[in-house]
Amino acid sequence: MTSTAILDEPAVTTQVSAEIAPAKSAQLVAPLRPQVAAVAPVAAKGPSRVRMVFSSAAWAFLGLGTIVALWAIAASHNPDLPSPFATFKELRILLRSPFHNGGPNDLGVGLQLLGSLERVFVGFALAAVVGIPFGMFIGTNRYAWKAANPIIQLLRPVSPMAWFPIWLITIKNAPNAAKIVIFITALWPIIINTAAGASAIPPDQANVAKVFRFNRRTYARHVVLPNALPGIVTGLRISMGVAWMVIVAVEMLSGGVGIGFFVWDAYNALNLARVVAAILIIGMTGLILDFGFLRLARRVALHPTRS
Amino acid sequence: MALKIENAWKSYPSTNGGVAGVQHVLRNVSLDIPSKSFVTLIGHSGCGKSTLLNAIGGLVSLDGGKVLLDGIPVKGGGPDRAMVFQQYSLLPRLSIVDNVRVAVTAARPHWKSAMIDDRVERYLTAVGLWEQRSKRPSEVSGGMQQRAAVARAFAVEPRVLLLDEPFGALDALTRGRLQTQLTELWQNESDTEIVVMVTHGVDEAVILSDRVVVMGNPPGPSILDDMSIRIARPRTSPKVLEEPAFREATNRLMHLLGAETHAA
Repeated sequence: MTSTAILDEPAVTTQVSAEIAPAKSAQLVAPLRPQVAAVAPVAAKGPSRVRMVFSSAAWAFLGLGTIVALWAIAASHNPDLPSPFATFKELRILLRSPFHNGGPNDLGVGLQLLGSLERVFVGFALAAVVGIPFGMFIGTNRYAWKAANPIIQLLRPVSPMAWFPIWLITIKNAPNAAKIVIFITALWPIIINTAAGASAIPPDQANVAKVFRFNRRTYARHVVLPNALPGIVTGLRISMGVAWMVIVAVEMLSGGVGIGFFVWDAYNALNLARVVAAILIIGMTGLILDFGFLRLARRVALHPTRS
Repeated sequence: MALKIENAWKSYPSTNGGVAGVQHVLRNVSLDIPSKSFVTLIGHSGCGKSTLLNAIGGLVSLDGGKVLLDGIPVKGGGPDRAMVFQQYSLLPRLSIVDNVRVAVTAARPHWKSAMIDDRVERYLTAVGLWEQRSKRPSEVSGGMQQRAAVARAFAVEPRVLLLDEPFGALDALTRGRLQTQLTELWQNESDTEIVVMVTHGVDEAVILSDRVVVMGNPPGPSILDDMSIRIARPRTSPKVLEEPAFREATNRLMHLLGAETHAA
């Protein structure tokens, strides 16, 4: 199956690039023709930008098309794999009534997704509330940094899933244990990035704080926080990405409601088309979350941190 | 009231040609600065003039000796000593008025908010920035940023104003205007008793000061000369340049600093 896919790949690409090649050469030749050169100064910007957007879209579709084609070929060689067509059909069924509620064992995919999002946001918010002040603290106090850094370095590489049994036994409530797992997942990137931002305070701002005797609160609010802000947003963005990945795994273990459980449930029903459809939904949701944080990061970066 | 520096010593670790050593930047410095005087510390880079200023401001602790204000040793920063830095050093996310207000509120925790508002408005108006008060530092020119920094320092009503090359980053025209503005503010609008300035500029030192302290690089003595400038105020820029006393003072300073260069 795999060997066929690899063998087929060059055939697909050459075919498509053969279509694109003439357009490219025409673009190269065009300025040489006198009538085009005459309008070039006025028209230079407009068409090239349109062509660029068109070109990006074309390449994106090319990539997508290649993947779907490979997927279709792979599926045609293995009856266990759902075809793209079967998957999109399943996706349409799932999205027809996403908020359908037919009891605990029959929930629409939208409700499952909301369940996961709620858990992620609670754990994430908790991590932000704890991680941002703590990161600011260890970022501005080198003794606190020396004390905390080894622990952070030790715990950071541990898969947050490894903590799950502890919370299951101590909390005795799977959804809440999942929230704690997300909290731990999101905590490290927030602490580390906040601390990095908070430790890079320009010396002139530190001098102003000393000369005018800023108290702790004023110093934190007007000197540390503004300098740490880009780091904080980066930390939040990374945490959210990891948290969204981890929640699927947690819910596969915890059961109940959630997109991870939904995937596991589909697996138990041997419905791989549903699994792949869920993967697409998870991916899109992750993309939207990340885009939101990217916008936030741009807004924060627009404000100068230095005069 | 007087500012007194008694036997100040300060050294920094240094590497001289790869060999770790110690650089004695302040070598037994003693200065007595009476009230109502403008003193300038001048010298080449590394002579310790900024270190001395920072020690007075409480940013640097001395290895030996004391800084006394009315006989009381200073410890850390304090509202009795405000500072204007070379790179303006405004907080970039705060508007100009908030920069001044935050600093005054921090330095004078016991002032009532009406009093703080009054000082903030008074000094921002005095430096001609009240109309621009809502702008962020990045939205105004370097000269305006430095005027905001000057207003911030005066607004805490310090007894000693410390200026660390305050006009160094400005163009010649802006510098001249700001020098005049600063002297007028100090003499007419404030109760600030002493101004201590650090500069590289010989003309600037003579135009502004009552007294110029020339500092030398190690290993010689820290203070090479301590000269009084007896030119009547107000010293308006084009006129003062013609005065024989001005020429005499600048020549002497140039000579001292030039000799220092040759020795080094």
